[in-house]
Amino acid sequence: MSMLSEPSTSRPFDVHGSPGERTLAPAATGRRDPVDPALCRQWLRDMLLIREFENRCMQQYQDKKIGGFCHIYIGQEAVAVGCTAAVRPNDPIVTAYRDHGHALARGMAARHCMAEMFGKIGGCAKGKGGSMHMFDREHHLYGGHGIVGAQIPLGVGLAFACKYMDEVIDGRPNSRVALAFLGDGALNQGAIHEAMNLAGLFDIPCVIICENNGYSMGTSIHRGTTMGHDIISKAIGYGIDGYVVDGMDVLSVYHDMSAIVEKCRRESRPAFVDMRCYRFKGHSMSDPRKYRTTEEELQYASDDPIGRLKLHLEERGELSDAVLKDMQREIRDEVRESIAWSEASPEPPMTELYHDVFVEPHGPYNGTSLPKMLQGKDLR
Amino acid sequence: MSTVTVIDPTMSATREIEFRDALREAMTQEMRRDPRVFLLGEEVAQYNGAYKVSKGMLDEFGPRRIIDTPISESGFAGMAIGAAMMGLRPIVEFMSWSFSLVAADPILNNAPKMLYMSGGQFGCPIVFRGNDGAGGQLGSTHSWCVEGLFSNVPGLKMVIPSCPEDAKGLMTTAIRDDDPVFFLESERMLGMKGHVPEGDYLVPFGQAKVRREGTDCTLVSFGRPVNFCLDAAAELAKEGISCEVLDMRTIRPLDIDSIVRSVRKTNYCVVVDQSWSFGSPGSEVASQLHQHCFDDLDNFVHRVHSADVPTPYAFNLEQEYLPNARRICEAVRSCLYRA
Ligand SMILES: Cc1ncc(C[n+]2csc(CCOP(=O)(O)OP(=O)(O)O)c2C)c(N)n1
Ligand SMILES: [Mg+2]
Repeated sequence: MSMLSEPSTSRPFDVHGSPGERTLAPAATGRRDPVDPALCRQWLRDMLLIREFENRCMQQYQDKKIGGFCHIYIGQEAVAVGCTAAVRPNDPIVTAYRDHGHALARGMAARHCMAEMFGKIGGCAKGKGGSMHMFDREHHLYGGHGIVGAQIPLGVGLAFACKYMDEVIDGRPNSRVALAFLGDGALNQGAIHEAMNLAGLFDIPCVIICENNGYSMGTSIHRGTTMGHDIISKAIGYGIDGYVVDGMDVLSVYHDMSAIVEKCRRESRPAFVDMRCYRFKGHSMSDPRKYRTTEEELQYASDDPIGRLKLHLEERGELSDAVLKDMQREIRDEVRESIAWSEASPEPPMTELYHDVFVEPHGPYNGTSLPKMLQGKDLR
Repeated sequence: MSTVTVIDPTMSATREIEFRDALREAMTQEMRRDPRVFLLGEEVAQYNGAYKVSKGMLDEFGPRRIIDTPISESGFAGMAIGAAMMGLRPIVEFMSWSFSLVAADPILNNAPKMLYMSGGQFGCPIVFRGNDGAGGQLGSTHSWCVEGLFSNVPGLKMVIPSCPEDAKGLMTTAIRDDDPVFFLESERMLGMKGHVPEGDYLVPFGQAKVRREGTDCTLVSFGRPVNFCLDAAAELAKEGISCEVLDMRTIRPLDIDSIVRSVRKTNYCVVVDQSWSFGSPGSEVASQLHQHCFDDLDNFVHRVHSADVPTPYAFNLEQEYLPNARRICEAVRSCLYRA
């Protein structure tokens, strides 16, 4: 197949293999209220920040400033940005190891995210978690989790706790919703299915968002997952409403997620989202991407979520060249500063090795107040 | 470790209740005291608990706080950990610790590591509890002693009471503790009766109790085998051997100081541990003793464990498999060069 010569409108590749965008409970989708242009520009900024951050992150990895496994979010920026825009700041969020985008979208300062990967004391977890384990109590980000699928029962538990605190302790209607993200490969973990059953059974207000980028490492969804073309069927089996959302378009993500989240909040029920997207880079830093073609990658690259939003704004005359340039410069500076800051941040002192194993006597965690490490930090 | 008030049991009224009642009393009192505490697990509510530990709790607290779960250990353990990260204080009942193995990832990879991995931001104040150990002819899959496996993991506390009084005091402490606590009960002991103080009663973690004083040999144990040690000590007394029986009560933290103090007096030590010998709390105690009491010991530390085989079903085989009074007596005689 010679895809490069095809006109740009031709879309021969469909990693999700959909027989049509089946949405069994479409009530929430399809709304396209106009969005405040200032908000759109903010999302563009957030997405550009993640893109720049991740590009620089790859360099830092190559320069051996970052160790371990490192998973790049490029291509999926619209998902984290659109989803966090659709919830309230105190709605808890939990995700997997591809978590830099979620951390930044949630409001973690780039320097705290970068320093974490550098293994420095200034990192969001004092350098004790690393790339896959970003935690931010201040911004209600409950991790970054390295074990495929493990975070979904936790996410259901976060939502359970929200509901319990409101309804059982405070005697008022539930007010919060948790977002729990997973990859398409995680769909085959038993923990996910147990969590969905519990969420359905106990009416738990958790939105389970499958960032369906079509691949788990080198395994395409169709090689690993039965009914891979229609994954919401899995949620439907647990009595949970499922939705298909275009994860390459931040406006769709925002609109659809807003409707889904508010429905969950109102009805105190779970939902499942087949968030269709594509990761532009390899699975981790050591992935030669032999399992897919350049043509396929190029097709999806032409669908860049950042490009789409830019176009949307430009068509409406809501983004001038000057504004975009300023934005890009600011972001470059911010990310560059985050690297310099992380370089300058000291390594964790050896005492940290033995801190935080137990709450007392070493841990600063005391249940409700801001942990000491975050006090005085300029978290945005 | 959090600071706790120890109430002298002789000060409060005591009455004889069963081990299971003692556990229930602790949970009930804590649930009255703190609305963040709730109990979940298989059959805990309507069925009153597979072993009747939670009997009647549904009536008092209702289904929002006494929660029947499906048979889904990985799911509900993970869910409870998420709730604990938010600040609730779940008590998770495993019908048996044997079934916790399918929840190994949440209970080992999440609960005890969350505080550390988050740089101190998210703790996990949770109690996992349930039936642990062999003795009911349940065969190998249902007879796990998880103390060997799980005590290896940093970040968790492991509690294993040997009598009703401690069951209540340690459970109360466990629920108030800010860290994840693995609380091991023995189904074989749930009907055991004993004096238990009424009202608030806390037994601090990391403080062993001398269950019998003696001068010739220190017996170190925890959980159900403490009772076998007491039987053995009574038997050995007839032979003129005076054993000191130490009930550790918690494996993590381990009160090594009390063991050392006793061994400095007796110069001989036998550790009795119902888990398998290889990489076990028993081997840990022996190792620490060799470090602290090298010059005090008149023989190497002897150990009595479950036999190094899968748990058999047949009654006679299972009894021989477990640490029992006969095997403990043999170990003590051998240790004291009286075999
Ligand atoms: C339980 C477990 N098994 C295997 C792995 C190794 N692993 C890490 S990511 C991954 C692929 C997951 O793919 P997916 O869920 O689609 O997420 P994506 O990487 O596409 O974001 C694998 C196999 C792991 N971390 N945990
Ligand atoms: Mg994937």
